[in-house]
Amino acid sequence: MRGLFSRPERFKVFWERTMHEMNAIGVGSLGIVAAISLSVGAVTTVQTAYQLVSGLVPRSIISTILRDSMILELAPTITCLVLAGKVGANIASELGNMSVSEQIDALDVMGVNASSYLVLPKIVAGLFVIPLLIIVAMALGIVGGYWAGVSGGAITPRDFTEGIVADFRGFTIFFAYIKSVTFAFLITTISSYHGYYTRGGALEVGSSSTKAVVYSCVGILFSDFILAQMLLEN
Amino acid sequence: MLENISALFEKGQTTLVIGASGSGKSVLMKCLVGLVQADSGEILYDNRDFVSLDYEAKKEVRREIGMLFQGAALFDSLSVEENVGFPLKMFSKLSKSEQLDRVNFCLNRVHLDNANKKFPSELSGGMKKRVGIARAIALNPEYLFCDEPNSGLDPLTSRVIDELIQEITQEFNITTIINSHDMKTVMDLGDSIFFIHKGLLWWQGTNKEIMHSGNTELDTFLKAYLF
Repeated sequence: MRGLFSRPERFKVFWERTMHEMNAIGVGSLGIVAAISLSVGAVTTVQTAYQLVSGLVPRSIISTILRDSMILELAPTITCLVLAGKVGANIASELGNMSVSEQIDALDVMGVNASSYLVLPKIVAGLFVIPLLIIVAMALGIVGGYWAGVSGGAITPRDFTEGIVADFRGFTIFFAYIKSVTFAFLITTISSYHGYYTRGGALEVGSSSTKAVVYSCVGILFSDFILAQMLLEN
Repeated sequence: MLENISALFEKGQTTLVIGASGSGKSVLMKCLVGLVQADSGEILYDNRDFVSLDYEAKKEVRREIGMLFQGAALFDSLSVEENVGFPLKMFSKLSKSEQLDRVNFCLNRVHLDNANKKFPSELSGGMKKRVGIARAIALNPEYLFCDEPNSGLDPLTSRVIDELIQEITQEFNITTIINSHDMKTVMDLGDSIFFIHKGLLWWQGTNKEIMHSGNTELDTFLKAYLF
């Protein structure tokens, strides 16, 4: 831990590696995050409309529910569960492969702080980029919901807009940000740990990747509940 | 794993550490370069006890060490040029063009002039080892460690690597330690030879003495390779 958070040998190298990781995690995950968010937003809208059988409830409630669901839970949690699979497995297999092929030993022998050089840029990049991906997921989820709701005739554009702005609380965005930062930290650290300490060969690299994904997902779900309890208590 | 090993590695000399698989020679090398922490004893680099040094001081000593790993341990995501230039980028104060000059010099020294832009996945085993040597000598090390430099190579390429290590040792006057069980390497390079068996230093001598050591365990080891 001390080695991981120690000052990087060359700040310029650290910066380059962090930018590279931001690109890999952020741009590399944009496609899957977009696809999932649009789909989740669309499905949430259709299912909410389906359950809304009472004529006394205004249709604009559909988009209000969609908004709060996307911001509070679906965008941060579903996106991060997917990222645990994509980014987490990638980090664990990359570091695991470096470990079993003695590349990490080579860094150590050179006098490079291997954990700081390899892991710290991934953590920093994750902490910056994953919250941005969550914001994109929120926006696209609402876009997906709008498209599904309006094109399916469940809600009019005017009702949808009304519902989206009704009773909006800024705290929900703050809550989603706290969640996304926590999940980002869990994904990058758990996956890096399992990758970095891989010993053996190809079989163990695969096993490390699996562990990284499973433990990251469990960590996300567990911390999701803890954060909800702590921050959303009335 | 290792016990009672007392050895002196001379400057400008190539020392071979030989022994069967599992005898402890790789652990010995890992102790020497600090990848495995020795429980007790001293490892002296010009009177600096590597075992008792703190993390930062150890890093300073490590910058005087070049190491060729068994599988070369090149960084997959970097080109040959970037691999060789990596220690320079991390630790030297050279400008970019000076770094490139040094990289080209090192690659030229290992007879790999046109491989700058290639990636490790595009190289043969022998080429990877040569890039590994080029990276190891990039910072002008005082000590060169080679772990099984000939493993997985054909006899001809093995000879090229052996000659390269010997030339570099003499040219730069460095202390070279090689882990090997390739008898050709032992006979060609063994200015000084240590035979490790069951974690103990069983015999030490030169390539001229090894065939007449009178040591039963060493003779058994040699016979297994020669006949």
